[in-house]
Amino acid sequence: MSAVFYLIAALTVAGGLAAVLLKNLVHAALAVTVAFGGLALLFLSLDAQFAGFAQILVYIGAVAILIVFAILLTRGSDLPKDGVFSKTWLIGLVIAAAVFSVLGWAVLSSASGLPNESAVPAVNVHDIGVALVGRYVLPLEIVALLLTAATIGAVIVAMHEKDGAQ
Amino acid sequence: MIEKMDQIFVQLQHWLVSYLPAALQPIAAAVIGVVAIVCFFPALFALITVIERKGIGRMQNRLGPNRVGPFGILQPIADAIKSLTKEDIVPTSANGPVHFLAPVILVVAIFMGFAVLPVGRNMVLVDMDAGLLFYFAMGASTEVSVFMAGWSSRNKYSLLGAMRAVAQMISYEVVLLLSSVSVVMIAGSLSLPKIVEAQNLYTWGLPHWYIFTPWGLAGFVMYAIAATAETNRSPFDLPEGESELVAGYHTEYSGFKFALFFLGEYLAMLSISGLGTTLFLGGWSAPLASLNFIPSWFWFLSKLMLSIFVFIWMRGTLPRLRQDQLMNFAWKFVLPFTLLNLLVTALWHFMGEGWARWVVCSAILIVVWVVMGRIEMRSEHFGPRRYRYAE
Repeated sequence: MSAVFYLIAALTVAGGLAAVLLKNLVHAALAVTVAFGGLALLFLSLDAQFAGFAQILVYIGAVAILIVFAILLTRGSDLPKDGVFSKTWLIGLVIAAAVFSVLGWAVLSSASGLPNESAVPAVNVHDIGVALVGRYVLPLEIVALLLTAATIGAVIVAMHEKDGAQ
Repeated sequence: MIEKMDQIFVQLQHWLVSYLPAALQPIAAAVIGVVAIVCFFPALFALITVIERKGIGRMQNRLGPNRVGPFGILQPIADAIKSLTKEDIVPTSANGPVHFLAPVILVVAIFMGFAVLPVGRNMVLVDMDAGLLFYFAMGASTEVSVFMAGWSSRNKYSLLGAMRAVAQMISYEVVLLLSSVSVVMIAGSLSLPKIVEAQNLYTWGLPHWYIFTPWGLAGFVMYAIAATAETNRSPFDLPEGESELVAGYHTEYSGFKFALFFLGEYLAMLSISGLGTTLFLGGWSAPLASLNFIPSWFWFLSKLMLSIFVFIWMRGTLPRLRQDQLMNFAWKFVLPFTLLNLLVTALWHFMGEGWARWVVCSAILIVVWVVMGRIEMRSEHFGPRRYRYAE
């Protein structure tokens, strides 16, 4: 664990915390973007170029923009009257803690199961591409089918009725 | 001598670095590269503003700037002094930190893109394995800053302009990526220097640039359309359409913050032209084998300036599109055609050498182009617009 890791981790955690704690919804969305950026930097510090750049391209370039659009197109960025904190925060906290503990347990127990590699495996973009269209081609196609279905669904939901009011 | 001229900047960097202790040398080399990019491209930006204003003036039958210096060539210096000394106005209701950060993030993200562009032989700041992906990742980050600028100004024109700009950039980014994918499929690499190397071959003294293949030409046309839309240049400049939106997302910016937006727009134009040059026009390779004695960086810059000239020319020639035309064009014509081009590229790859692939690929592309254009024009209504989006 180097100083770089701690710096990036602090940035990511700060972004995540700000996203939860900030009162303004758009500020929260921008804080999520910072957390996404921090995650991308973590990938890059692990020499995973493809994952890092894909993280920036997909999450900052598309998901963050999608969140922001959703906020602006639905109820605006104005503060609701009864505050941003839900009344059922206790249940939310319990669920979040449960999810976190399961994830933490999974990560900690998987560390011993993996072979202890001393050298960092050199994986370049070419290898990822070959693996995607070779060994993992079936999952890739299933994901593609799912995304196509989702796209068509979104278009149908957004489409106007033909004989509706013009 | 030829070799020396070609590598003059590389050798200058090595010479400067050689005075430092060995431990500092890699950092110093990187710093020199960064300084060169940060100095050179804004200088080119200053030059382009004059060329653009003079050129547009010429096309519109007027003189253009002619007061500062001989033929007005010192105009950018006057502009820079003016924007530095102007008051920096922040609206009272604006969201301070976001309003301040937006232009900074925009310019930084755009500058990052230059890091992977090969300006000449051995002249690339970072030779990344996933250079093209890095470029697009940085391009995607500019959308957030455009939104930040528009939202934080608390001005309806700014917000509308930002929403338009972001919607347009997302739509055309898909095309930009997909049209580059066909080059990646043939070159077999995401690294930009390797893509240039793959095109730096000659048959009978003619270059193997990708634009001289059917799929490459179609890809380049689609890339050029998407690049124009991505940089918000005319005829796709409706995020800042003066007649409707004052100045779009930078309405509430003044002084040097506005200058940063202006700089960002031109730098984005330069970097996206640079990427197009690298992908389709052979990067720094010479147009004829017999012209290889001219340095590689000269060829890159010539192609860059040629693209900039086309940008200016289009701005002086074409009227601005309407929002619905823009979106229909992106999703109903450009995107399907780019997807088809991917298939044609694969066909080209698997048909192997010979004249058959030239005929088949060209025929498919031309037929689809004509048929799609005919069908889309048939459903086009000329006359008053029927409003579907703003009832």
